[in-house]
Amino acid sequence: MWRALWAYRGFVWGSVRREFDARYRHSLLGASWAVLQPLAMIVIYTVVFSRVMHSRLPGVSGDFAYSIYLCAGVLTWGLFAEITGRAQNVFLEQANLLKKVSFPRLCLPVIVVASAVVNFVIIFGLFTAFLILVGAFPGWAFVALLPVLAVEVLLAVGLGVTLGVLNVFFRDVGPFYAVVLQFWFWLTPIVYPASILPQWVQPWMCWNPMAQLVGAYQRILVEGAWPEWKGVGAVALLAIVLCLLGWRLFRVHAGEMVDEL
Amino acid sequence: MAAIEVVGLGKAYKKYPNPWARLAEWVDPWSRPRHRLHWVLEEVSFTVQPGEAVGLVGLNGAGKSTLLKLIAGVAEPTRGVVRLQGRVAALLELGLGFHPDFTGRQNALLAGQLLGLSAEQVRALLPQIEAFAEIGEYFDEPVRVYSSGMQVRLAFAVATVVRPDVLIVDEALSVGDAYFQHKSFDRILEFRAQGTTLLFVSHDKASILRLCDRAILLEGGRVAMEGAPESVMDFYNARIADRGTGVVQEPLADGRVRTRSGSGEAKIEAVRLLDEAGRALAVVRVGQAVRLEVEIACQEAVPELVAGFMIRDRMGLPVFGTNTFHLGAVRRDLAPGARLRVCFALEANVGVGSYSVTVALHRGDTHVSGNYDWWDHAVVFEVVNADRPTFVGTACLPVAVRWEEG
Repeated sequence: MWRALWAYRGFVWGSVRREFDARYRHSLLGASWAVLQPLAMIVIYTVVFSRVMHSRLPGVSGDFAYSIYLCAGVLTWGLFAEITGRAQNVFLEQANLLKKVSFPRLCLPVIVVASAVVNFVIIFGLFTAFLILVGAFPGWAFVALLPVLAVEVLLAVGLGVTLGVLNVFFRDVGPFYAVVLQFWFWLTPIVYPASILPQWVQPWMCWNPMAQLVGAYQRILVEGAWPEWKGVGAVALLAIVLCLLGWRLFRVHAGEMVDEL
Repeated sequence: MAAIEVVGLGKAYKKYPNPWARLAEWVDPWSRPRHRLHWVLEEVSFTVQPGEAVGLVGLNGAGKSTLLKLIAGVAEPTRGVVRLQGRVAALLELGLGFHPDFTGRQNALLAGQLLGLSAEQVRALLPQIEAFAEIGEYFDEPVRVYSSGMQVRLAFAVATVVRPDVLIVDEALSVGDAYFQHKSFDRILEFRAQGTTLLFVSHDKASILRLCDRAILLEGGRVAMEGAPESVMDFYNARIADRGTGVVQEPLADGRVRTRSGSGEAKIEAVRLLDEAGRALAVVRVGQAVRLEVEIACQEAVPELVAGFMIRDRMGLPVFGTNTFHLGAVRRDLAPGARLRVCFALEANVGVGSYSVTVALHRGDTHVSGNYDWWDHAVVFEVVNADRPTFVGTACLPVAVRWEEG
């Protein structure tokens, strides 16, 4: 299976480049759209929460503290949402190709993940430049982003492929997940600090894997501190379980998939 | 080692009474199967030797496209195995899954990689693809603005830019204009000559006869017949005419197969090819006046009787054919037991070669509406050129020549 994927690396790489071109090169403002969209979101949230509603991050001072807090959550959530959102639809979207050409079908989710990671690296690179510019670079703790990101991608792949296979057979999965994703975003402390949640909700938060991961990013980027590895480790375990589930579903039902498209 | 080996291949689609049944089956590990299997292919076995060309024929829904998909590896068989030898290129459903928003060039690049070429190889071959597709400036336009003919051109150009060991084509040859059909046909013939194994679906009898060493007839998901293209096509043709009524085939001395079919209200008793003096002919001179006589016996009351004949060349392609409907000589209201003879007088203005005559009795203008009796290879004859200037081809056209000083 992996060898087949390797044999088709040219196709995977070509597809990623083609998507990149489509997104950045064939529009007038090109790459700036990739920045403008999250930037607009961050500006809105900053203005609404920080200026209009005068909410302050407890225990952190600094002009950009809230903006950094927001970016830490919004940008990484964006990566997760892009991978899962596209992976759950990728087999339906590429039905035309799947029905006509024989190739390792696992290429498709790989392309999705690679494209999303490329986009993320661009945006996050700009964000890092901004951190350095305003003198808020977190220092050595920045390295801790890599394992946390790896866990997030793993979680997104497991969930995305599982949903992707299910969506071929049960078309309700797609719209259902779109709704779930909305709730999930607001149930995760991204635009608000976790501390403003009522006391009785707090213990439940540890069941939200994204809350664990986003919390880790916020700790690293806002406080410059190392994340709580226990929480991240638990999410990693969940991610592995989801990957195995997705893998199994894919193995068992890949053959039937083309019949349903 | 066979190039394509298909053993006991079967394909069934799962039919669920409702979407919840599938969910129940997935979620509950102890659930009884809640689906019904709908078999579209059953127990299909055949082998294709390297360099052989095999045509798949059958009515719509006989399972031809499904079979090609299984062989190409796009869909998975429910039962049986497919073994392939060498690099395979498949053109299924007239395309290679092009992405509408990307240009022909970009799509060609990716499609080439999906066919197992490296990016550098495809890039080096792009000029050839562009030249063969002949779609001009459209090569750098998004595929969504292409006509269906242009998409087929591009798909064919990409799939055949490197000679594959096995080429699988699903009716792509019947799409596109005559010019491109000829061009793609030539390329396939060229590949054949170089040893490519060919498997293709076509409704076009002429291309099956021209290209194939063998034909396979699929009926209801099973192999109904396998053999020489001409006899399979005759059998298929007979089956189209009367689904259900008996079709009889008997081998002839020269290795060909005589197909006889029909409902039998009227029967062909004998067919003779005679010269003007009434002597039976086996060798005919170019342009000789000949008479084709058909003895007919009515088994039942026949309200309308049309007799027709068709002269076919060595490949089985029609050279000339007509019937008494078109000639304005239809017989009506014949009683049971009536015996009659129809004579067609004609000049054998055909080229040198071996020909066979198909004779049919039917109702209406073609045999499809009501076929009483149909004989393939009823008479076989040889044409020699004894007294005409030498010419080639199957038609003998009157020619006058004159030189003029410019």
